[in-house]
Amino acid sequence: MSTRHTERRKRAALRWTVIGLTLVFFLIPLYGMLEFTTRDLINGGRTGKFWTTLVDVPQVTERYPALAEGFASSMALALITVVVMLLLLVPTMTWVRLRLPGLTRTVEFICLLPLTVPAIVLVVGLTPVYAWVTYLLGEGTVWLGLAYVILVLPYAYRSLDAGLRAIDVKTLSEAARSLGASWLRVMWQIVLPNLRTAVLSASFLSVALVLGEFTIANLFSRKNLQVAMFELGKSDGQLSVAVGLASLVFAFVVLFAMSFVGRKEKS
Amino acid sequence: MRPSGALVGVAPFFVYTTVFLLIPTIVVVVGAFADGSGRPTLDNVAALGGANSSFLPALQHSVVLSLVTALAGAVIGAVLAYAVSTARPDGLLKRFITSLCGVLAQFGGVALAFAFMATFSIQGFLTVWLNSLGLDTGSSIWLYQWDKGLMLVYLYFQIPLMLIVFLPAVEGIKPQWREATETLGGTTWTYWTKVAGPILLPSFIGATLLLFTNAFSAYATAAALISQASPIVPLQIAGTFTSEVILGQENVGKAMALAMVVVVALVMWVYAALDKRASRWLVR
Amino acid sequence: MTATPSPAASRGTEVRLTDLTRVYPGNVRALDGFTLHIAPGEFVALLGPSGCGKTTALRLLAGLEDADGGTIEVGGRDVTNVPTSKRDMGMVFQAYSLFPHMTARQNVEFGLQLRKQDKATRHGRAADMLDLVGLSKQADRYAHQMSGGQQQRVALARALAIEPQVLLLDEPLSALDAKVRSQLRDEIRRIQLEVGTTTLFVTHDQEEALAVADRVGVMNAGRLEQLASPAQLYKNPATPFVADFVGLTNRLHCRVAGGVAQVLGGAVPLLAGSAGDGLAIVLVRPEGVTIAPVGSGGSGGSGGAAATVVSASFLGASGKIVARLESSEGVGDLVSVQVDNTDVTAYAPGQRVLLAPRGDAALAVSAT
Repeated sequence: MSTRHTERRKRAALRWTVIGLTLVFFLIPLYGMLEFTTRDLINGGRTGKFWTTLVDVPQVTERYPALAEGFASSMALALITVVVMLLLLVPTMTWVRLRLPGLTRTVEFICLLPLTVPAIVLVVGLTPVYAWVTYLLGEGTVWLGLAYVILVLPYAYRSLDAGLRAIDVKTLSEAARSLGASWLRVMWQIVLPNLRTAVLSASFLSVALVLGEFTIANLFSRKNLQVAMFELGKSDGQLSVAVGLASLVFAFVVLFAMSFVGRKEKS
Repeated sequence: MRPSGALVGVAPFFVYTTVFLLIPTIVVVVGAFADGSGRPTLDNVAALGGANSSFLPALQHSVVLSLVTALAGAVIGAVLAYAVSTARPDGLLKRFITSLCGVLAQFGGVALAFAFMATFSIQGFLTVWLNSLGLDTGSSIWLYQWDKGLMLVYLYFQIPLMLIVFLPAVEGIKPQWREATETLGGTTWTYWTKVAGPILLPSFIGATLLLFTNAFSAYATAAALISQASPIVPLQIAGTFTSEVILGQENVGKAMALAMVVVVALVMWVYAALDKRASRWLVR
Repeated sequence: MTATPSPAASRGTEVRLTDLTRVYPGNVRALDGFTLHIAPGEFVALLGPSGCGKTTALRLLAGLEDADGGTIEVGGRDVTNVPTSKRDMGMVFQAYSLFPHMTARQNVEFGLQLRKQDKATRHGRAADMLDLVGLSKQADRYAHQMSGGQQQRVALARALAIEPQVLLLDEPLSALDAKVRSQLRDEIRRIQLEVGTTTLFVTHDQEEALAVADRVGVMNAGRLEQLASPAQLYKNPATPFVADFVGLTNRLHCRVAGGVAQVLGGAVPLLAGSAGDGLAIVLVRPEGVTIAPVGSGGSGGSGGAAATVVSASFLGASGKIVARLESSEGVGDLVSVQVDNTDVTAYAPGQRVLLAPRGDAALAVSAT
């Protein structure tokens, strides 16, 4: 009678031990960041001044212009990457599904190719391309977004592909077409609204990736959040670590919240 | 006959990826075999293997680093994935762990490097605390060495990545298989050795390979942690951006990049084959 | 009670489930004092809607879940606290029965491998079993290369290969196409008769249960409502739930007086357990009603009740006419009448007809 109950209890104990130990391993460095950023090196004890400085936007802009610039750039980068990614992928993937199914494998291969071409390699090959981009569009950091779209392609493709499969685009569009809708209307009024979760998921993943990107920005000598944080680390250790911790926590909150949204829409 | 007008719809995508993905790849592949003025040569590749070159040791370090962190991360991550899979499907714990792993796995190495420096450096809180207990932790140089500190930091994002990649496979195991094993007379040991183990093996190996390429390609963490020398390949490549261009060796960086691509492509090809088999068995 | 005198009875094992109870968190009583005795070699089906406890009963017998009360005896031995791996039972699941990484042959051999049989014996036995289920040619195929019906056959072969004391089938046909389902259920019955293993079969499909079992146990909310042969269950349902669940029924308003229901312009004798005198609802089967066009000479001495045809459906082997009553106690009630497939064309919607009871006994419940 008790064999299955004890087995379940044993399994639960194992689960909690493993997860507990792993959580400790993960949380120690994060705690280290918190501990480090609240040290008062002048007077000893704790201080919250680095955290209050962070949220004090005017002060940050004045005393740490590089950080403010990096943050603003990353925000702009996130926006442009998401917009270009969506403009590029959603119409193309829907189009291929509806009208050119033979190209599915090719598009999939191209979208998953960035997994085989690491950022560090891509940046080597992008040098001549970006010479042209700088020539045509100037030196603004925000144009890195064009390269970032490539980096997010695999993750965005998987999200959107799952979404398109789930809503059976073919049937929906055939129904709309039989009622007289043009292709553009089908895309805008039928496909897109139904893809909301997939689009959100692809966008969030892209934002997370863009905010965390360092390699390309660093090697092209542009200033985004990660680069600014890195350089700040050389001069102002505590503040830079605070920025790092804040960005990690922010990304966690976003992903955690997103895990609830998906569920609700599914039912 | 399909109207060629339909192809127009996908033109933007192909143009964009050609410019920002295919052309860079071609630049690397072709440039590796070209000299400063564009003429074909094997000098770049030769320079990699040369006596003075630090590339081959760096390549070896990269492979070792990636292999060790991939294996360790895979084993620990797999155990973690199993533990999480036994939790309630919609529960808070599972969401928390999955989101946490999502952040740590993909979010970017600079913050992680900072986290470890804040904890393990000379002034790091853990070092200070251990010292206060009387334990001599020596100098903290180990943190900045590729085969000690860097490995530890890499584990920090390898384990979460393993969870994210392997958890779906673990959850794809149907309870009926365990129950069938039991009714046929099997124990927990026979279940794991004859049923669940073999079924999960392709996914496990595939995930380990993915972890390998992930570590092999990583740059940000190493750049933030290691400021002197370039003990691994990504740092070597970055070095070509900043160092003086030696005559006759303008494209060595591209040769290095090509070497990376070859290694990664090979591993990803094996991964793709394993993934196909795994998806036949585990209806995901 | 059995269809044919089964020589297998001497080979099978007796199963006794006594007063089994299973309570889930939240105080959900999946099984409440469930008692069942299966004779050696007998094929018993547990029938009921989802949540009635039939699968729980099966899983308790298999040992996949622990009972909160009651005992389980197999072949005279108390196995209530014996783990699943030692109970020597073969089980076929509704879906995902087979191990995906093994061929059909390897699946069937698995149980024998665990019993440390040598290769030759294993091979031979597996070949025999695959032959028994008619899949010798598919021996080296994997699950994903086989149809649902083939997978379930291999699962059956695997379960029988170990010569189990009891064969357990958990809705094995529910995930299959209709045609495959009826073919496979006959197969299962044929094989069971040949091998002679005591069998417990769980299903929510009443037609299936009636077709294959020696006895059927109808379950509802964790309790056994009636355990009887298919014919008994159909003709003499003990409770309204059984009458409703097994086969099709018409619920017709009527007036009960002296153990007889006045309905359809005639009288229907009532079964034991029916409601007392007064207004009631009588559960009449479609084949218990006769139908005739108005003016064709009537369908019995009493003349019958007037009705208007709503639909006439050709069902293949038979036909179904649905008509709305215009007179008698059940005015407004819809009545389903079974007719020969050749008679369907004689009726059209809107046509006036006369309905009358054929005289089969039925159950009546109070009209609350």
